[in-house]
Amino acid sequence: MSMNDLQWLTWVRGTGFNIAVGIFLLGVVWRLIEVYTLGRKPDLAAPRHVPGASGWHTIVRRSLPPPGMLARSPVSYIGGYVFHVGLAIVVFFFAQHILLVKQLTGLSWPGLPSQLINLTAVVTMVAMLAVLVDRIRQPVKRFLSTFEDWFTWALTFLPLVTGWMATQHLLLPYTRMLALHILTVELLLVFLPFTKLFHAFALIGSRWYNGDTNGRKGVPV
Amino acid sequence: MSASLEKGIHALKEVIDAPIASYFASCVHCGLCAEACLFYTETGDPKYTPIHKLEPLRRVYEQEYTLLGRVKKLLGVSKPVTDDELAEWQELVYNSCTLCARCSAVCPVGNDIVYMVRKLREGMAVSGHAPHGIDEAVTRTVTTGSPMGIKLPAVQAQMKHVEANTGLAVPMDVEGAEYMVIMSSMEIINFPEYLESVARILHQAGKTWTLCSTAFEATNGGIQLGNSDLAGLIVQRIVDGAERLKVKTVISPECGHAYTALRWEGPNLIGRPFTFAVKHIVEVLDEFRAQGLIKTEGFETDKLTFHDPCQLARRGGVIRQQRNLLGSVAKNFVEMPDAGFMNWCCGGGGGVTAIEEAEALRLEAFKRKKQQIEAVQPDRLVTACAVCRSTLEEGLEHYNMAIPVVGLTEMIASHLVETRPVANKEPQA
Repeated sequence: MSMNDLQWLTWVRGTGFNIAVGIFLLGVVWRLIEVYTLGRKPDLAAPRHVPGASGWHTIVRRSLPPPGMLARSPVSYIGGYVFHVGLAIVVFFFAQHILLVKQLTGLSWPGLPSQLINLTAVVTMVAMLAVLVDRIRQPVKRFLSTFEDWFTWALTFLPLVTGWMATQHLLLPYTRMLALHILTVELLLVFLPFTKLFHAFALIGSRWYNGDTNGRKGVPV
Repeated sequence: MSASLEKGIHALKEVIDAPIASYFASCVHCGLCAEACLFYTETGDPKYTPIHKLEPLRRVYEQEYTLLGRVKKLLGVSKPVTDDELAEWQELVYNSCTLCARCSAVCPVGNDIVYMVRKLREGMAVSGHAPHGIDEAVTRTVTTGSPMGIKLPAVQAQMKHVEANTGLAVPMDVEGAEYMVIMSSMEIINFPEYLESVARILHQAGKTWTLCSTAFEATNGGIQLGNSDLAGLIVQRIVDGAERLKVKTVISPECGHAYTALRWEGPNLIGRPFTFAVKHIVEVLDEFRAQGLIKTEGFETDKLTFHDPCQLARRGGVIRQQRNLLGSVAKNFVEMPDAGFMNWCCGGGGGVTAIEEAEALRLEAFKRKKQQIEAVQPDRLVTACAVCRSTLEEGLEHYNMAIPVVGLTEMIASHLVETRPVANKEPQA
């Protein structure tokens, strides 16, 4: 272990981390203000009330594929579920991550066995590769894709692969790989508010607006 | 920048609200909206992906309403929206979009894509990039009263015809009637059986009703064109008529967009709530059925299926009613795959039938409907929208499918237990 690696690790854990979290938090707040303070005009049409037709229902309902859609695009749905759920498990239930949150906030919850986290990380990476191949192969996805789509895919994949390699002691010395892992997480945090990754926050508002607009017509969407 | 383009961009800036900003901020380019759009599924051309149709609106949003976009604009690295681009987009925003809203029903992040297409059309129309066919139809509605140039004498001629056929009085401008009936041009010209059916049904239900000499036309191309000012003028005409005659309810005819325009957009277009209710004829018929106000006899025995007009079902929330009604007069009713909320559009809505140059694409997109129809092989097709009906008839003829299309109101009327025709009761003023 060279001093360089240790210094680097210290920086990404300290100053780097603070900068990244700062940009992330300010960015998210800024984007939320930028989007939602635009407001909207009140709907003057007499509403029709139907059970299950509201913004809140749509926030939940849109997590499931609408009728017929799973068969039309199985990779999007299955790959999408696996990688989102997998990512959430790895991020929030890996013991070291929980420890970090505890140090920062005092909050703590039980983690999952590292073997299970390891397996989940591998499955998640496979799912992410599958959706990447799908993006390259499917004419519509390829047509829609811009630099941002490939860039954000990499931003999401890198923390996963470096974190997994660090725990498996692959390719690089642990300290260097861990520093790299933290650095890639920081890049993800910095870019999240300003790229399509912001859907992690905005989709709640979008589903609510769609559900509310159509819910007022008595249509559960 | 040309003056018209400037107006167009200004209009786009005006329509962008928090929902639109949220939708663009949420899109992950998954392309699932394409799988819900019949113009993509039937052509396989990715340019018909619904979210792509919004690209000019997205860029105006990014350049005007996001910090990063404004910085990019300042540095001169963002791509401005041009007249050439909007001209190219006409096919995507109008010809290949019926405002059917299947895309809005499937988007996993919840984007109401059709809401945005409707708004983008505001900028397209004002910058002179709307198709002539729709533009002319709206101009005719504003100047003559109807998109097909139909004037009051044509309606009066039909009233006489119905009176002669049924022995019932067809009231016009009767103050204090419970219902005011409006029609689509298509019903006045091509489907005269609608007025006759409505007259017979309302007579049997014992309801007072009236036509209105200053507001007989229901269709509103203004919302298809994307011109809220003109759409508002057309709505105002109906509101003025209904308020002058002090009716309780205006019955929107078998026309999908007329219903959306009046029922949902109407109060927003004129800037105040209505003093009367707006109901689609199918809603009214089902109420009468449930209240036992109309008695039917006999059943259709051939195999029937129902085509849900998008604006009535997915965009209007009327799905159960037509099935209740069919259940009361049909023995052999079969649902098409995806019927109801997720029904596939006929391909003619949103003004598409008014665009001559869109005909080939529309017939190509009709293959989706054809497939749905072939899955159940009905003897007849029932629907409740005059535009769907003529689009279906054209499509079926084009693909050599001999399946007649009938309106639901007409079908219900044909099963009425006939009472002796008497003059329509005069309402108490």
